[in-house]
Amino acid sequence: MSHWIIFPIVLPAIIAPLIAMAMRHDIVLARVFSVAATAVLLGLGIALMSVASSGQIHTYALGDWPAPFGIVLVLDRLSALMLVLTAALGLVVLLHAINGWDTRGRHFHALYQFQLMGINGAFLTGDFFNLFVFFEVLLIASYGLMVHGGGGERVKAGVQYVIFNLAGSALFLIAVGLIYSVTGTLNMADLATKVPQVAAGDQALLKTGAVLLLLVFSVKAALVPVHFWLPGTYANAPAPVAALFAIMTKVGAYCIIRLYTLAFGDAAGEAAWLAAPWLMPAALITLVLGILGVLAARALGQMVSFAVIGSMGTLLIAVALFTPEAMSAALYYLIHSTLAGGALFLIVDLVADRRPGQGDAITVAPRFAQTSLVGGLFFLGAIAMAGMPPLSGFIGKLLILDSARTALNAGWIWGLILGTSLLAMVGFSRGGSTLFWKSTAQPSNFEAFAPPRPALPLVAASLLLGGSVLLTVFAGPVTRYLDETAAQLFAPLGYVDAVLGAEGGNE
Amino acid sequence: MEFLVASAIGVLTAGGIYLMLRGRTYPVVLGLALLSYAVNVFLFSMGRLVVNLPPVIGAAGSEYTDPLPQALVLTAIVISFGMTALIVVMALRSYLESGTDHVGIAPVDGGDGQGRA
Repeated sequence: MSHWIIFPIVLPAIIAPLIAMAMRHDIVLARVFSVAATAVLLGLGIALMSVASSGQIHTYALGDWPAPFGIVLVLDRLSALMLVLTAALGLVVLLHAINGWDTRGRHFHALYQFQLMGINGAFLTGDFFNLFVFFEVLLIASYGLMVHGGGGERVKAGVQYVIFNLAGSALFLIAVGLIYSVTGTLNMADLATKVPQVAAGDQALLKTGAVLLLLVFSVKAALVPVHFWLPGTYANAPAPVAALFAIMTKVGAYCIIRLYTLAFGDAAGEAAWLAAPWLMPAALITLVLGILGVLAARALGQMVSFAVIGSMGTLLIAVALFTPEAMSAALYYLIHSTLAGGALFLIVDLVADRRPGQGDAITVAPRFAQTSLVGGLFFLGAIAMAGMPPLSGFIGKLLILDSARTALNAGWIWGLILGTSLLAMVGFSRGGSTLFWKSTAQPSNFEAFAPPRPALPLVAASLLLGGSVLLTVFAGPVTRYLDETAAQLFAPLGYVDAVLGAEGGNE
Repeated sequence: MEFLVASAIGVLTAGGIYLMLRGRTYPVVLGLALLSYAVNVFLFSMGRLVVNLPPVIGAAGSEYTDPLPQALVLTAIVISFGMTALIVVMALRSYLESGTDHVGIAPVDGGDGQGRA
């Protein structure tokens, strides 16, 4: 078990420069290596998940420096789950991207691997400053991917995205500085032991730092006062990149879950659960605003972007309850919304690709190639996203509603989640029927100019929807794993002991 | 000295935020740079301000400057320097491709669908 934990970071870190330097002129070779490395990453993730599912928390001390002084990587059930989700989404999106998107600009595969490296690192690290560094790695890669292919609007949206995230990084450093100044540590487990001991006079600084960190993670998770970057970025990013970004918002959610259950939980004394009163109203407003955006969207990509914001709202409502049942439901919904969001962005690309001159705008236009097939995929994706019965969104929302029954503001939560589900259905039906049904009625000569369509992008979108089906069929075992994950999260002593205990280093 | 450092951080932050809220990319980039300077000084002072002490624990033991914030500041400087270079290049390219250096993007128009050309 010793060195495998660091492989999800090291593997893409080796492959990326290899692709950038040795294969920059050979797109076929770059594709082979990129897909193979991501597939290996998926296998590695599953192996680490099976190791973590025993319930033991494994740590890896970099350079064998003991825990509070050196940087540690920590593998528990949650981080293993996120690794598998990242690699699975990454592999499927890559299958879509190798059909032409990767040749519209340079260095797509190298940036893609760096992106995976940053995301994996953020999920594995047990140190705040290291988390900042991995945030920067994944952001730098995402800046490159975001403007992949170029074009005035896209670069402009990219500039906004970079500015927003640079401001977020500055806030992150201020928050980390504040927390360090009163606790004297950057190690997450060590922080959990130091927070209850903070002197009464320093509580204000500690709380300011903790709430600032919440703001920073909210920027990543696109929570309401700081969600403005998401629609412009996702709607203008290349389709496969937007689909991969479905996991980026989850990085923010993961960090919120990690920090506030570990260091600011029951044991934190005066600062216990200080995130909840901020998070809940913000999440409720996020949900409403996101779904209103779905209703108002004039292009399909915009519609899906706002649906992603809405799903982040739903997810963070469940997180903000901070109970083990709600956390388990939140994690189920997290897996589901990653798959559904990724699938929908790929489908938007399938639509835009088939409508020359119209793109993904929701307008009545002549019929296009494979309308019924693409339309079917879109409606499956929309059903999943809106939370209709056959697919996993329904189970996810059901679990969240069930876990919120005893909450203080259960009325608000139930009312808003159910109401917005209806609105999301209305929004998606409007978009879908305009694009696929009204368009069909118009005469068209698309057979005359339609080039042959590769099957792989269709397969990629279907695979993500298939993941949603699997998540529904195997909801029992998945929920059991997630229940144990939530139990592990709400027993932070296990995490602290694993990192700081005598067995903390390499075994 | 505390007053000097604190007011320097405050002035840098205020200037940075003011410039960041401007509508053109060049002042925004300058604002981000100012903000990153403010953050660097802030991080540095988080190890407490002391004068004329080494950043290592000496033989006497008790008197030293906290070296960790200095290491953090180094990392932060490197990252923010790289980021400033990147945003300058991206802002330049955005200006060249769209002919204007305004930060705002045009609202997605129902008709053209240029967003994902």
